[in-house]
Amino acid sequence: MQIYVCVKHVPDSAANIIVKEKNQFDESAKSVMNPYDEIAVEEAVTLRERDGNSEVIVVTLGKEGAINTLRSALAMGAGRGIFIKTHERPDSMITARALKAAIEQDGKPDIVFTGKESIDSEGMQTMYRLAAELGMPVANNVVAFSMAEGRVTVEREIEAGAREVVEMSIPCLIGAGKGLNNPRYLKIPDIMKAKKKEVKEIDLDSLSFEKPSSSLEILELELALEKRQCKILKGQPEEVVQQLVELIKFDED
Amino acid sequence: MEKIGILVEIKDGEIKKANYGVITGAWGNDHELYALVLDGCGPTYKDDLQEYGVQKIIDISAKKGTIQWNPELWARAVIHTMNHFGINTLLGLTSAQGKDLLPRIAASLDAPLVMDCTSVNVAERTVTKSQFSGKVTATIRLNGTQCVYGIRPNAIEPKPAPCEAEVIRHQVSVEGEQMMIQQIKEGELTGVDLTEADIIVSGGRAMGGAENFRVLHECAEVMGAAVGASRAAVDSRYAPHDMQVGQTGKTVSPKLYIACGISGSIQHFAGMKTSGAIVAINTDPDAPIFEKCDYGIVGDLFEIVPILTKQLKETLGN
Repeated sequence: MQIYVCVKHVPDSAANIIVKEKNQFDESAKSVMNPYDEIAVEEAVTLRERDGNSEVIVVTLGKEGAINTLRSALAMGAGRGIFIKTHERPDSMITARALKAAIEQDGKPDIVFTGKESIDSEGMQTMYRLAAELGMPVANNVVAFSMAEGRVTVEREIEAGAREVVEMSIPCLIGAGKGLNNPRYLKIPDIMKAKKKEVKEIDLDSLSFEKPSSSLEILELELALEKRQCKILKGQPEEVVQQLVELIKFDED
Repeated sequence: MEKIGILVEIKDGEIKKANYGVITGAWGNDHELYALVLDGCGPTYKDDLQEYGVQKIIDISAKKGTIQWNPELWARAVIHTMNHFGINTLLGLTSAQGKDLLPRIAASLDAPLVMDCTSVNVAERTVTKSQFSGKVTATIRLNGTQCVYGIRPNAIEPKPAPCEAEVIRHQVSVEGEQMMIQQIKEGELTGVDLTEADIIVSGGRAMGGAENFRVLHECAEVMGAAVGASRAAVDSRYAPHDMQVGQTGKTVSPKLYIACGISGSIQHFAGMKTSGAIVAINTDPDAPIFEKCDYGIVGDLFEIVPILTKQLKETLGN
């Protein structure tokens, strides 16, 4: 099987974001592989380790620094990488088309894994667009995965702790949710080995695909400043709770 | 007059309350609101929907009857309906169901989509939403002939706008799905989903054990609240992952959020910072949560919360 994993290089969730030029941000912020994409890589690598006869190819679309995320995925056990380079921050319509073009140029996917969402733009849609482009069924927020005789069975987390059990034929696309697995820690020898693994570099502009008719335009980014002023309630436990009950009653009206 | 579609989410035969905020977000004098209902009971929701300004209720079914839940089939049914009635704008909830339906619809239509919007202007086709774990608010314009919006539950305050609604039955033919829903496994959690709860009581590392969450559940029950947990509590196996609020858990926007024994990491705030009022109960006066909440109590949650439960019982009992 050919297993493709799409990953994204994103600012660390604890990193400071600095807005510049109204709708840009300072990309020198410490960046890492999107945490849900790590889960996707882990699942793909585990699957290959089990069946022994598969290839895991990791794909990313991003700026120069995204090579680090690709190398991390290779260190986790992916076999080789495809790096679609750009100077822009393309929206999900372009991203899905570019990923499709790069994957189909490279091989024939049996399963495509992604994370269930990215923690930078929080768009929650690229996997659905990619699946539509590839003509594959898609299940997102998957927390259990199994495969037998060309059928994939997954459990998706829905609401209030309920899970939806979905069956699909392959090829298909799986969006990994938290709880699917615990991504392995990187070991130094694996990091060294990853440096020698093959990475194919493609310029985004050199990929041929039909330009989408629609787009998302970031008009403005604004730091969400915390405007709350904390009022510490003082007194004996019974008294502070009484104050609190009055306050939250008022807030609810 | 432009037609705006609202994908109405229904649970156990009732309209989810969070839908009304979506309707209010879509409402305007110069366009008509069409509610799209797929559970086969469209007419029964007439009173509720017209109260908030819905003019047309499209009761969607297949020739064989109600379309069983399957995201591929439902997405196709919605697209068919939009095209039939000339609806170019669709709004829905960023709920578990919305997260699986709206992107499918947008992908099929090749339409722009913004999920988890905290405000929306359908005339200008602009929205605001949080990005980068809630650290940034982005204003985004959607460019395209058709547009899809997912609204964060509870982010828009519903406002009644009564009118008289008309129910239209609409039959679609949808077949040939690639995926099959085999079953729904009910979870251990009951009651309101965290993302749609008006009040949430959450516990952190200081809970010290799974059994201690009972203290929070008792308090939550009095207020009709849902119970959440921080990542620290989930990672320590005090609570299941479905209860996690924050970056790698759920994003919530209740009217009142009570954080018990939660220190208040950036990642936790990412999941609850758009709450109405935030209350923190923590023994550590230097906990970061006290810098970002509305009301703070420095004290032991195991002492404070039972008193709160007792006082709320007395107050609400009256």
